[in-house]
Amino acid sequence: MEDLTAGAAPPASGIDPGRIELYRLMARLRAFEKRAYDLFLQNLVKGTSHLGLGQEAIAAAYGVAMRADDYTFCTYRGHDHTLARGVPMAPVMAELLGREGGLMGGKGGSMHLTSVAHGMMGSYAIVGAHLPIAAGAAWSAQVRGSGQVAVCFFGDGATNIGAFHEALNLAAVWRLPVVFVCENNLYMEYTPIEAVTAVKHPAADRASAYGLESILVDGNDADAMLDVARSTIGRARDGEGPSLVEAVTYRHGGHSRADPAKYRPESEVQEWFARDPVLLYRTALEAAGAPTELFTAIEADADREVDEATEIATASPRPSVSIIDRDVWSDGGSAWRN
Amino acid sequence: MTEKNLVTAIRDTLHDEMAADDRIVLIGQDVGARGGVFKVSEGFMTEFGEQRVVDAPLAESGIVGVAIGMALHGLLPIAEIEFADFIHPAFDQILSEASRMRYRTNGDWGCPLVIRAPCGGGIHGALYHSQSIEAFYSHIPGVKVVMPSTPADAAGLLHTAIADPDPVLFLEHKKCYRLIKGDVPDAPQTTPIGLADVKREGTDLTVVSYGYELHRCLDAAARLEEDEGIHAEVVDVRTLAPLDMETILASVRKTARAMVVYEDNRTYGAGAEIAATIAERAMFDLDAPIVRIGGPDIPAMPFAAALEHYYMEPEPDHIFVGMRDLAHF
Ligand SMILES: Cc1ncc(C[n+]2csc(CCOP(=O)(O)OP(=O)(O)O)c2C)c(N)n1
Ligand SMILES: [Mg+2]
Repeated sequence: MEDLTAGAAPPASGIDPGRIELYRLMARLRAFEKRAYDLFLQNLVKGTSHLGLGQEAIAAAYGVAMRADDYTFCTYRGHDHTLARGVPMAPVMAELLGREGGLMGGKGGSMHLTSVAHGMMGSYAIVGAHLPIAAGAAWSAQVRGSGQVAVCFFGDGATNIGAFHEALNLAAVWRLPVVFVCENNLYMEYTPIEAVTAVKHPAADRASAYGLESILVDGNDADAMLDVARSTIGRARDGEGPSLVEAVTYRHGGHSRADPAKYRPESEVQEWFARDPVLLYRTALEAAGAPTELFTAIEADADREVDEATEIATASPRPSVSIIDRDVWSDGGSAWRN
Repeated sequence: MTEKNLVTAIRDTLHDEMAADDRIVLIGQDVGARGGVFKVSEGFMTEFGEQRVVDAPLAESGIVGVAIGMALHGLLPIAEIEFADFIHPAFDQILSEASRMRYRTNGDWGCPLVIRAPCGGGIHGALYHSQSIEAFYSHIPGVKVVMPSTPADAAGLLHTAIADPDPVLFLEHKKCYRLIKGDVPDAPQTTPIGLADVKREGTDLTVVSYGYELHRCLDAAARLEEDEGIHAEVVDVRTLAPLDMETILASVRKTARAMVVYEDNRTYGAGAEIAATIAERAMFDLDAPIVRIGGPDIPAMPFAAALEHYYMEPEPDHIFVGMRDLAHF
């Protein structure tokens, strides 16, 4: 993975460099998602998209803790997870815009980011579909003895579909090197998760059904996330089998861009905004002695990176329609039969 | 008569049906407090209560399975699938259970279930919010598949689907939701399932279509008449299963030229069934080979606007060109 700690200002002495790296990554994700939102408002991004604003600590902590050849599987809410694997911003931004320079040449868009070269094995839009697939990737790593770990992110809503339970059971039976990370942002689209789930904690309360430890973590506490990320990945890598993590968090915006999220009580929204993970982490690092200039530099770097990515992405041409029937099969695809 | 768009016609019909018959239960993700992704059931939960408007967990197989159980025991469930692309976890329940119930009980038990699913492309939905699913389900004997393309048909067919004693998959093209407007009779309408409708009369060729493509065919037919004086007859199948071949064949016998247009990817699509039946039953009435226009054979709708546009409305307009060439054949 590229060195995400590289930047203008040196980290403050006495602080775990991993923490500074984590903050830098979170700041980059935050800057990217804010820009993505701006581009939607300018109608440069067509269709819908699901932002990770407010949930950055989870993807970033795992991004920092993962090895370059580990696997990430995530959902349509996957910009953060993609960038956290070191995928450069420009092709991600270009993909949101549906441009030729996009990560998948414009074929996929916001919801389907994939970069096999970065171990980013896909953003899946059929809820639950990727959990067994992640288990299969972990199986392969186990058989090959490669020491790779698969990390699979999904929402609270996904815990109610069959594929979740199938994947958890078989991963536990086969002691696969996979970490299942439930990002519980309290809502399954517009419906509070508690209204449609038999237990209070949709993932943690079900871990025991698969013989797994119940792991509940504050998904907005970056240090806590980093600890959990390191320990669960470590367990998987050491052959100790799968983990199921429930990270409680909150999205700043609506489910997707068309959603003003009016169904959430104002007090709840206020409470969670006060617990913004980026803000909390900055405060924690400052308390630990990190100088203000460090944050100023990190944020300026992130903004510059996003500006450059936006420039490259918007300059990228629209894809040629000739790619529409390519890569259907390995031999190139079907010629149009019309 | 009131002018409405397609989604409002569905909303109003659903509302009136629920008000008239308390056996009707609506179940699906976000259908309750939110009123559904497309706001079809907005306010229903308050009006009809949580027993009849049920917010379901994210579990399509469970939703359809539960609806089948309700249907077998005195209720009239309507299961809403948020986007047709997400119905497939429930395929097994529909294929293996709902469709066979009447057959395997030798007629003792039926499954009066409606499954509503918004389908189709053209709204920048990309790979997983654009799918056409009618061919998979029309292949299943025991399931009825309905796809209205006008507000009046949507109202009439939804009314009939709810009353129908068998499972009905009710497909709603999302692009038509707000785009297509039309007069809807104020009293409940009964539009039979299994009856096609001639949406435009003509003498020179027959164009068979449904869904959003139907409107593109009507548009092309109008231009063809204006530009070249060619009169295309446009038949809206409205129901894919059972398919009203009599209306289609009557039109084909009159015009001696037939074309089938559908958005789903072309191979093994609904057009194959229609074209094959025309060939079987009206071959000697034809003056030209049957023309079949479907979407490209690719696994999903690509995201980039240029690619989606090419899928949905290629230029030059292949429907218009196809009609003209067929008329001149
Ligand atoms: C199988 C399936 N059913 C329904 C949907 C529609 N849908 C997309 S996201 C979503 C809610 C998912 O909630 P959650 O798992 O909590 O993830 P979040 O969006 O909150 O990150 C739903 C119902 C889908 N994509 N796939
Ligand atoms: Mg959620």
